[in-house]
Amino acid sequence: MNVMDSRATSALLYLDGVHVSFDGFHAINNLSLALEPGEMRAIIGPNGAGKTTMMDIITGKTKPDEGTVLFDGVTDLTRLDETHIAELGIGRKFQKPTVFESQTIEDNLLLALNVDHSVKGTLFWRESKPETERIERVLETIRLTEARNRLAGSLSHGQKQWLEIGMLLAQDPKLLLVDEPVAGMTDVETHQTAELLKAINKEKTVMVVEHDMTFVRELGVKVTCLHEGTVLAEGTIDQVSSNERVIEVYLGR
Amino acid sequence: MPHVLTRSLDRAATIFILVVAALGVLIPLSNLLLPAGSAFQVPTYLVALFGKYVCYAILALAIDLIWGYCGILSLGHGAFFALGGYAMGMYLMRQIGSRGVYGNPILPDFMVFLNYPKLPWYWNGFDMFWFAALMVILVPGLLAFCFGWLAFRSRVTGVYLSIITQAMTYALLLGFFRNDFGFGGNNGLTDFKDILGFNVQADGTRAALFTLSCLALIIGFLICRAVVTSKLGKVLIAVRDAESRTRFLGYRVESYKLFVFTLSACMAGVAGALYVPQVGIINPSEFAPGNSIEAVIWVAVGGRGTLTGAALGAIVVNYAKTYFTSGPLAPYWLFMLGALFILVTLLLPRGIVGTFNAWWEPWKAQRLPAIADSAAREDGVSEPNPAE
Repeated sequence: MNVMDSRATSALLYLDGVHVSFDGFHAINNLSLALEPGEMRAIIGPNGAGKTTMMDIITGKTKPDEGTVLFDGVTDLTRLDETHIAELGIGRKFQKPTVFESQTIEDNLLLALNVDHSVKGTLFWRESKPETERIERVLETIRLTEARNRLAGSLSHGQKQWLEIGMLLAQDPKLLLVDEPVAGMTDVETHQTAELLKAINKEKTVMVVEHDMTFVRELGVKVTCLHEGTVLAEGTIDQVSSNERVIEVYLGR
Repeated sequence: MPHVLTRSLDRAATIFILVVAALGVLIPLSNLLLPAGSAFQVPTYLVALFGKYVCYAILALAIDLIWGYCGILSLGHGAFFALGGYAMGMYLMRQIGSRGVYGNPILPDFMVFLNYPKLPWYWNGFDMFWFAALMVILVPGLLAFCFGWLAFRSRVTGVYLSIITQAMTYALLLGFFRNDFGFGGNNGLTDFKDILGFNVQADGTRAALFTLSCLALIIGFLICRAVVTSKLGKVLIAVRDAESRTRFLGYRVESYKLFVFTLSACMAGVAGALYVPQVGIINPSEFAPGNSIEAVIWVAVGGRGTLTGAALGAIVVNYAKTYFTSGPLAPYWLFMLGALFILVTLLLPRGIVGTFNAWWEPWKAQRLPAIADSAAREDGVSEPNPAE
């Protein structure tokens, strides 16, 4: 790749030939995937298909043994650590909702804002109007304005999921990785979450990992089915769910 | 600055500062002005004893800052305390001058005794108070910075970090025991005469040292409050509760840990430096791993993650120690301390102040909902999960 034509791909996120094994177990096997800017992609696959490991690779938690992971066509993510990747603009919501339980909802969002994250910056931080307004907007979006001063640990499971999505919004990343956002949610909450993600997708590129097929159908986006660490099928939800191999490994229960 | 002050000083913090300030003034005054034998006169030996407790309280604050707020359990903080103490001890040794047993104007007694031809290079400068005072902060700070830089960058956490901090203080213990290390070996540094020209044994000097210790406790407390009530304090709690999540938000966790760890070591150094002239000796036993563990127990008893609790815990446990080790129960003190730790962990996992807060906050919230609400928002700090 030379300097004049440094951008190897138009994709915002580009994985090619990625391999990872843990003690001989091939968690990710020749995985290739490309996400165009502005796209929303749903990732499905049975347990152990490598969905979470893939997110670990993208966010720098796990280093791949082989393969290319490019962000924005130029940045090699395999060389960077979690903090650096987060600063580049990749935000992640975890499978198990991970919020700062002993702090208030408002503080959780404040911590997530993509402002100066240096020691000096936070030590001398002062409340500012634009930041307060951004937190205000996120609180409205995730419907937790009333609960802003409650400790995050006191929220219901579904509310924690929403708070974590709110933290992603406050982080204002270019790419959102959302791992099982509707696990443990009621039907109504699931529907609301789908609407929320669709609204977010108007501005951001989103990758959603989810088991709930009703939810994936409601998103109405391109679906990638993973199996044993590699892409099994890709296409619309109807195409994927009628694919015989997909039915065999995943849907044919 | 006024912004930082209003943020740091909630009611409990103000009460704490006022109590420490009042003690820091009244105890020396009663000692110096009231006639000996009067019921309200605090005898000199008690002034020195209380002074020791106050130094321990500063050490407890330092430990609470990293353990209670950032989840770093250092079992080697006694090392930073002792290093600060040695720096002060070196100054005090050089003030003895030719009044030592051997009458050597430059070399302290132990060096004459051990046939040192001249002063080791690292003893230079310690005849000047400002230099010694600088080293009191710089030496522990630098050690903590180097140690922390290596440990936090390699993501050493939890019990592994605790174990290597123990190893660190133990290594220093062994080093300082050696005669050729140049710090008096087994006997350490003692027989001090003057500090800044005042006799260290004099009532007035002891009273002044007590007041200075109280002042240092207040300043240390204010620094800790300023840190934990800032946004940095929120990041520290985030690191404590979910370190990896904090990284994914784009915070460089190791820098935060390094910052508080170094700050905490500097505070411990100051505590040690104030401790040495009041007890009159510093020797390698201050590096004993047991001392560091004991200091962690003070914090657990008082209330981890509550700065006032840490200071209170140090004073309460040490008062108990003084009381029990001077009576017939003396041989059993370590068993009592161990039992205390187990009981606190089982029955009072939030410590004295943490439990009091948990009981008081809801009651206050019921009575004065508006005030409690605004206080909670300003404070933004809560006790750590006792299960961790």
